[in-house]
Amino acid sequence: MIELQNIKKAFDGKTVLYGIDGSFSPGRTNLIIGTSGTGKSVLLKCMVGLLEPDEGCVLYNGRDFTAANRNVRRHIRRDIGMLFQGAALFDSQSVEQNVMFPLNILTEMSQGEKMDRVNFVLKRVGLENVNNKMPSEISGGMKKRVGIARAIVNSSKYLYCDEPNSGLDPQTAILIDELIKEITEEFNITTVVVTHDMNSVMDIGDYIIYMYEGQKLWEGDKSQILGTTVPELQDFIYSNKLVQALKDTENS
Amino acid sequence: MKGIGRYFIFLGNLFIKREPLKTYFKQILDECIKVGIDSIVIVTIVSTFIGAVTCIQTAYNLVSPLIPRYVISLVVRDMTLLELAPTITAIVFAGKAGSNIASELGTMRISEQVDALEVMGINSVSFLALPKIIASLIMYPLLVILAGFLAITGGYVAGTLAGVITPEDYIYGIRADFQEFNVVFALIKSFVFAFLVSSISSFKGYYTTGGALEVGQSSTSAVTNSCIAILVADYLLAELLL
Repeated sequence: MIELQNIKKAFDGKTVLYGIDGSFSPGRTNLIIGTSGTGKSVLLKCMVGLLEPDEGCVLYNGRDFTAANRNVRRHIRRDIGMLFQGAALFDSQSVEQNVMFPLNILTEMSQGEKMDRVNFVLKRVGLENVNNKMPSEISGGMKKRVGIARAIVNSSKYLYCDEPNSGLDPQTAILIDELIKEITEEFNITTVVVTHDMNSVMDIGDYIIYMYEGQKLWEGDKSQILGTTVPELQDFIYSNKLVQALKDTENS
Repeated sequence: MKGIGRYFIFLGNLFIKREPLKTYFKQILDECIKVGIDSIVIVTIVSTFIGAVTCIQTAYNLVSPLIPRYVISLVVRDMTLLELAPTITAIVFAGKAGSNIASELGTMRISEQVDALEVMGINSVSFLALPKIIASLIMYPLLVILAGFLAITGGYVAGTLAGVITPEDYIYGIRADFQEFNVVFALIKSFVFAFLVSSISSFKGYYTTGGALEVGQSSTSAVTNSCIAILVADYLLAELLL
């Protein structure tokens, strides 16, 4: 369980987050959605400690991450996996080395145990026989899969995904969304996905926070979102032609 | 001043909550190859020619028949030990290894690889920069020893081929009035310069923001700042130790 309590953040006097609250449960795919520049990624960075909020706190299973000292943070962070927008794979390492990296650094596993674990997660994300390929030799979708494999290889309790579909074709994007959802449910992970892709929202949104200009304007799930009365959210939803068509079909 | 303050905080972070030293072992070996072995060719070329030029130019300036010819090689030896081998090689090292370090870390920063390490709970400063600094401290003194040997050899080849000094005079000159401290001084300089180049370049690369353009700027800034730091440290060490 991840809880956000009154997260505020400003840069050079310009407020980017106005007191965001939220609660993300395990085994569910939690989405933070909104248009570009609304503070989604800033909120995500505050949650993982890459940025410090000016006010408020982030709780991981009741433990205050924001006020924690370096040691406690380090301990909590070892339960966190993150899929970055560009996958952020280490260029100089092969797929296998990238996925094994957290195990090398964070665990005392034997080489055999590490190999078994790496092969297991690579198989789980649908990647086999690519162990020795370099990141530059694989496609964008495969990079995202490797990124997910690296994020969960250490049995992470929390999974963050920053724009997991960016730069992917629609078909691959759906596969990545489904993979995230399956892994979340299978391993009972608390997953938080930042996205502006309405297809993802309708596909995997178990719990959704809609942000607009640094504020949380709406929360709910995918079954409730089409019935929203929040004008900004309606604009966001129906800017997607597919959702608009779906709505028109429902109306007719 | 803010930049200098950040630099010292960066240096402090190298040793705070770092991973166990065994974690760095393979990285240090890899970095030794990148900063050391890969710099051998350029150091060889530069130091050999500098030794050769020093020999020829010293001979050109020694016009008095009262000065024995072996002084040429004595000058080559002392200039090489005191200045050319540690300092000129450091400038070359800054251009080769320093820019490489800055651009590598800069690219890792803008492609979120540094953030990925931080999210895993790894101290990215020490994980990325410490192996580079340790590898530089190991390899740069060896490069300076190589450069010194090659510069003196280059002077010998150029001097004897040009006929400005005989082989016997050259050998006599490089052994005459030899002060062992000059070698110690060159090695002290080499450790200081290695630390400055690797730490400044790591600092510049680590704090890159933006995109490809800024990576290039960080790389350039790493080289220029390293060169300035080398020259200042060179002067201070000469004042303090000679």
